[in-house]
Amino acid sequence: MNDILIMIIISLGTLFILLASIGLLRMPDLFLRMSVTTKAATLGVGLILMGLAFYYTETSITTRVIAIIVFLLLTAPISAHVIGRASYFVGVKMWDKTHIDDLKGMYNTKTHDLMSGFEEEEKEEEKKESNENLNNES
Amino acid sequence: MNIDDFLAYIIMPILSTSSLLVFIRFLMGPSLSDRVVALDLLITIGIAIIAVYSIISHRPSFLDIAMIFALIAFLSTVAFSYYLEKRKRNE
Repeated sequence: MNDILIMIIISLGTLFILLASIGLLRMPDLFLRMSVTTKAATLGVGLILMGLAFYYTETSITTRVIAIIVFLLLTAPISAHVIGRASYFVGVKMWDKTHIDDLKGMYNTKTHDLMSGFEEEEKEEEKKESNENLNNES
Repeated sequence: MNIDDFLAYIIMPILSTSSLLVFIRFLMGPSLSDRVVALDLLITIGIAIIAVYSIISHRPSFLDIAMIFALIAFLSTVAFSYYLEKRKRNE
């Protein structure tokens, strides 16, 4: 009974890893590829490691498995974000059918500062506040 | 069906096939970022293969190597993207 449970968990994990690799091969664009691989591969490896923990049922191994899973869950989004940001700066082309690019024009490509798009309004508000302060003082 | 046979004859070939598919993308990859993403996924599949192999061979000490692999995958991706960004800035 326990063996069948382990088999089902590990098969599910393997299925997710296979789907992630097919997605990496078939998707048309770097950003779409990243969105496929990061989530599916992390889930697949987590399921396989859970199956390993159920197989041994020892405290030391379960602790290591939990450590690996937590580390993967922490680092996978960070590494995906970092490589996506770097490749956006380098100028990796998007897919032809991707129409929405919210970051277009928001990044300063030399200093790598992110603008919010409300810079002018903020400046006007600061001017108003300083004028009000001056009026109050006088 | 024994669990060792199941893992050795069904799970391991599927994992090997998926790592082969990722390696094709690693060779094809139009840009450098594609190769970095493929390398990251390749190491992640390596962790899964190590976990399955430690069940087949009854040696739980292989898990330490899987932990180090997870560390190296994160470090390599961050380092690659750091230098990718820096190279663009210097040009």
